[in-house]
Amino acid sequence: MRKQLPKIYIALLLIMLYSPILIIIVFSFTEAKVLGNWTGFSFKLYTSLFQGGVHHSLTSALWNTLIIGLIAAFVSMILGTVAAIGIYNLKTRTRSAVQLVNNIPILNPDIITAISLFLLFVSLGITQGYTTVILAHITFCTPYVVLSVYPRLQRMNENLYEAALDLGATPFYALRKILLPELKPGMISGFILAFTLSIDDFVVTLFTIGNEGLETLSTYIYADARKGGLTPELRPLSAIIFITVLVLLLVINQRTAKKRL
Amino acid sequence: MKKQFLSFAGKRRNWSIPYILFLVFFVVTPLVLIFYYAFTNHSGGFTLDNFSKFWQQPEAMHTFVFSVGVAIITTFICLLLGYPAAYILSRMEIKRAKMLVLLFILPMWVNFLIRTLATVALFDFLKIPLGQGSLYFGMVYNFLPFMIYPIYNILQKTDYSLIEAAQDLGANPRQVFFKTVLPLSIPGISSGIMMVFMPVISTFAIAELLTINNIKLFGTTLQENIYNGMWNYGAALSLIMLLLIGLTSLLNTKGSASAAGEGGLI
Repeated sequence: MRKQLPKIYIALLLIMLYSPILIIIVFSFTEAKVLGNWTGFSFKLYTSLFQGGVHHSLTSALWNTLIIGLIAAFVSMILGTVAAIGIYNLKTRTRSAVQLVNNIPILNPDIITAISLFLLFVSLGITQGYTTVILAHITFCTPYVVLSVYPRLQRMNENLYEAALDLGATPFYALRKILLPELKPGMISGFILAFTLSIDDFVVTLFTIGNEGLETLSTYIYADARKGGLTPELRPLSAIIFITVLVLLLVINQRTAKKRL
Repeated sequence: MKKQFLSFAGKRRNWSIPYILFLVFFVVTPLVLIFYYAFTNHSGGFTLDNFSKFWQQPEAMHTFVFSVGVAIITTFICLLLGYPAAYILSRMEIKRAKMLVLLFILPMWVNFLIRTLATVALFDFLKIPLGQGSLYFGMVYNFLPFMIYPIYNILQKTDYSLIEAAQDLGANPRQVFFKTVLPLSIPGISSGIMMVFMPVISTFAIAELLTINNIKLFGTTLQENIYNGMWNYGAALSLIMLLLIGLTSLLNTKGSASAAGEGGLI
């Protein structure tokens, strides 16, 4: 019995973490408006989620979230990678200064980042909307890309690049054939991290989205929850998001595990 | 040869320029603006009124103190629940432990609003009224993984021979834990504390959703002021929050940033 105790403890914690999600998934298969009422098994919420119509605003919020996430993650990946290469070649003192500033958005609570960017946009008189949200997301995503690309540069053998140049490669060719393959894993994990941070963000988005009616998933859920009743279609949507994330992560995990062997 | 290397370094150095400009514009300037707004009034003149207002208005002050309390209690519960979990995981076979750690982190990839609403759903389902209980449950539920992960990371890297040495030298299990394992895991504990305390103190919206607007935390006070156009007062309140966070991280100097950055969740 004593030997089983640790296992039971871990199991209990996991049950605590997963029971709310399980409830959402289970009740996504019933039509009831109020969560917790079971009115028989049905796929109706799933079909109405994809038919749009009344829930058009939910689907458009979902699209906005994905588009903003992809653009922000892509720009962050490029900006962060170029920056990491530049920072790596800076003189020590400048380098530590830039790295310090780079850490600010990571360490700052998101509400401070949000308020500071809000003040920036209003004092410049910029209308808030798509552009400001994307810029704000790039601001808090890029530091993570820098952090995930930078160690690859440190690990890299600089002589390789030199050798390529000596062997007659143009700087651009050497960059493409030597540097890029070295940095690629860092860039990819930076991109994924940036994307997940972006689609998960709520506070920074809320402060930079303006009031032109643009909604992302987070702000939609927030507005919905404040009104009291939750759109029942959020249940199947959460279930889908959760299962997708679960599968994706398990696949990624399996892949990296295999690579390491 | 030498010349070519230098040109490599010289050129590449300039690649940091776009990002430096970006940082100056989107990170440094906005922070300076918080300071600017905090110390000025509506017409732009220097003033300290925004801060004295905070002292004089018991409401904002109460919310602040209450939020700090919630953050401390949440952090404490997370540590109490998370440390044993991290310890158990670190003693498991590595492959299995990795899988379980992944399971602990996984809910983090679901939008936190959905997670919070799921907690509300759980309480509704169990017919437990929302209030302080649901508030703490929701907070712990949201932030527990941030405590387990860094502690697990440190414990897992701990040199096992140190523990064996302690045992060989005649320490009983309790002594081994308090004299060897616990001191070695302090960096993990301190970064775990930071990773829970900081988001909880600045959290916004979670408390309202968990208690149907009955309990308000400091983050919401910030948001309401900014939303109602009180930018100067809102900026001053932000500075107060920044000050608190700065103090906590000073108390907690041991490389929590590096532990957070090292993360490598993917």
